[in-house]
Amino acid sequence: MAHIQLKNITKVFGRHTALKNLNLEIEDGQFFVLLGETGAGKTTTLRLVAGLEKPTSGQIFIDGVDVGDWGAAERDVALVLQQYSLYPRYTVRENLEFPLKSKIRRVPDDEIKERVARAARTLRIEHLLERKTDRLSGGEMQRVSIGRAIVRKPRVFLMDEPLSALDAKLREALRTELKDLQRRLGATFLFVTHDQIEAMSMGDRVGVLNHGHLVQTGTPKEIYDNPRDTFVASFVGSPPMNLIDGSLAGGRAVIAPKTFELPYEGAVKSGANDRPLTFGIRPEDVVIEAGAPVPATVHDVENHGVEKIVTLRVGENTLRATVPASTQVEVEQDVRFAWNPKKVALFDKHSGISLRHAG
Amino acid sequence: MATAVLTTLDPKSRAASRGMSDLAIRNLFIIPTILFLIIFNIFPLLYSLGYSFTDFRASGTGQTNFVGLQNYRTLLNDPFIWNNFAITAKYVIVSVVGQVLVGFGTAMLLNRSIPFKGLLTTLLLLPMMLSMAVVGLFWKLLYDPSFGIINYALGLGTFEWLSNPSMALYAVAITDIWMWSPFVMLLSLAGLSAVPKHLYEAAAIDRAGPFYTFFRITLPLVAPILMIAIIFRTMEAFKTFDLAYVLTSQPTTELISIRLYKMAFQEWQTGLSCAFAYIVLIMVLAITNIYVKYLNKVKER
Repeated sequence: MAHIQLKNITKVFGRHTALKNLNLEIEDGQFFVLLGETGAGKTTTLRLVAGLEKPTSGQIFIDGVDVGDWGAAERDVALVLQQYSLYPRYTVRENLEFPLKSKIRRVPDDEIKERVARAARTLRIEHLLERKTDRLSGGEMQRVSIGRAIVRKPRVFLMDEPLSALDAKLREALRTELKDLQRRLGATFLFVTHDQIEAMSMGDRVGVLNHGHLVQTGTPKEIYDNPRDTFVASFVGSPPMNLIDGSLAGGRAVIAPKTFELPYEGAVKSGANDRPLTFGIRPEDVVIEAGAPVPATVHDVENHGVEKIVTLRVGENTLRATVPASTQVEVEQDVRFAWNPKKVALFDKHSGISLRHAG
Repeated sequence: MATAVLTTLDPKSRAASRGMSDLAIRNLFIIPTILFLIIFNIFPLLYSLGYSFTDFRASGTGQTNFVGLQNYRTLLNDPFIWNNFAITAKYVIVSVVGQVLVGFGTAMLLNRSIPFKGLLTTLLLLPMMLSMAVVGLFWKLLYDPSFGIINYALGLGTFEWLSNPSMALYAVAITDIWMWSPFVMLLSLAGLSAVPKHLYEAAAIDRAGPFYTFFRITLPLVAPILMIAIIFRTMEAFKTFDLAYVLTSQPTTELISIRLYKMAFQEWQTGLSCAFAYIVLIMVLAITNIYVKYLNKVKER
């Protein structure tokens, strides 16, 4: 198992800068999730760690050793890709044996057998061992490709959106299994995804990438509760954090132009009072109740079973609130709402950076 | 099935205004070809089967007698004919193996991003587009012991390529390899570029060495298309005539098709040569069948 560090990594493809001055540290045995939109540079980061790409500048350390000149084989990493990349024409067993059978590092036959059996047991694919890979379902294929990663006991597991091609039910099941597997193996995982639910539910730590910049790293809770900027705030969470422009006056949030006013009880830093701000509030911290201070109109109601997501219209702004499913709300109904004044995040309107993080 | 392939004639077209139906147009295009095939292929094929049981001589005016299987018996008991078969087999093996090695090797070299790849591929395909007889003629010049460029380039002095009985067959095979390796290369290139890149990456991650990767990933995936190339080249090599005929007239290069030609048009043993042609036909069919069986097995896996 290993500790990974990326130092000032920049990667340029032609005229496109995929990564810029990326610094990243993954502790030994950590499940690290790299979260970002398509094209943010997640896969590039993964391929750099795997040794499939060379950084334009910067260094990569595995267990404190600079591996910049090492090929993929020497780095001893395992890679699971979205497209499974199983070897066609072979059975599941042959696929699992593949990494062990290479002449370079001959593993004794009975050990191969034992390792394959153990991996198959772990992933519950024992009944598929003699089957050809083209007769497998998507979920089974992905299990086999994870199996091919774990038979080898690599130092690091790299996973490039391994669950994205699966249907929702299976994705949920494998999500739990993967997390469980990582805990049992005590392995270092670098998991790349665009799905914030995967990131929040699986990661020990999450790194959010935006256009080649690592915007924020932290535990899922830190990222969720205390986003570094409006990008993270709107990317993480479903529904995302409400972002409303306004300013702070006398401990009250004033939403311009004079749409509504609500109390703010968070920490106030100097200079917060006299500049344009963006207020961020999570939908679950918006309360709809009869005696609340601000009137609004219900624009839309989404019923999710356990809860309802209500979109409110307040002047020119829209706000989302999650309310218990038992709450009776109709579209175009007039309601009143408030927010939890302690949970309001402040962002600088121009830079988008949270005031809690800046300075 | 047949009706699904046919498209309906546009009622506004000129053909329709002349009162032609879909069927009439189809016949107009297909019947000449079929007639041509019947007259020049099917009819001679069947007619020669008849001749193969007689002692007919196309040059003579003598009586033609039915001799039953005598021609086949004569041929299959003739050690010289068996020698022709042995020469042909040797030629086929040397030439096809050479073409596969050179063609597949070139394809492996070309299957990466190199500058002028398209131009290079096109240039490499040129030999294939020449006429066999022309290739034969100028390789004869290249092989020439006194002024040929091959001896000059290799510093072999006056090495006799074509008049040396033990070398001549290889000289013909080398020419054939030069000419037809591009064909194998082209098909291999198509097969190689169809191997997904992520499989190679997965293999690199799995710490597979280059040979292991080649034999476990590349070769199995290219095998079906390579088999097709081999089938084509074996059939062609089996019936090689012009190249060997133009290049040399050594007894050691007397391939079955040359023997057949001599038997039919120099010795005028028409009945006997018809029987010979049938033996060759059956052999080619048998070999092709083995290959096709194997190809299907490879594809199934």
